[in-house]
Amino acid sequence: MSLQNEPINRDNKRIKYCRFKKNGIKYIDYKDPNFLLKFLNEQGKILPRRITGTSVKYQKKVSKAIKRARHIALLPYVTDSLK
Amino acid sequence: MNNYETVFILTPVLSEDQMKDTVKKFSKILKENGSKIINEEMWGLKKLAYPIQHKSTGFYNLFEFEAAPEAISKLETEFRRDETIMRFLTTALDKHAMAYNEKRRKGEFNKKSKSKEEVVT
Repeated sequence: MSLQNEPINRDNKRIKYCRFKKNGIKYIDYKDPNFLLKFLNEQGKILPRRITGTSVKYQKKVSKAIKRARHIALLPYVTDSLK
Repeated sequence: MNNYETVFILTPVLSEDQMKDTVKKFSKILKENGSKIINEEMWGLKKLAYPIQHKSTGFYNLFEFEAAPEAISKLETEFRRDETIMRFLTTALDKHAMAYNEKRRKGEFNKKSKSKEEVVT
């Protein structure tokens, strides 16, 4: 019985990337709630960057778009059953 | 002159004609203030994500226009005065937003099922 830790296979780790940089998206539309749904959890909260992999520049735009969509009632402020 | 777009929600208690009259009223206000309307869209009766003024639906409307910054405050006071307006949102458009809106107008991606690959500019 070895007491040594098993080496972790780090190659399996998925590399995160910013989907806006990768796809060349320059503008995030607040009028499209179905797209913004990708950046929300079930309660309608904005997902952090560490989960979505979005870069700072676009995370700011995402959060702005989500907040605008909430204002015009395209997305809820609070909910329990998004998705 | 800058580019703006505004989305506003009308109460569902209005009839079809009353709604159209209100929309016309606001496009008139814009024109009187020397702005040029580029696009006008009616999304129709839509369900709201949360109730506003105890109502669960609303008529959505969209204006895209070119205006002087002073015209915006005039438009927004009119929005506030009108009781049939439940919500409004005016945003300034930058060059990326303009490019996006132009594509949207041409219907290069349909509004419902848009994948992120199609948004590539």
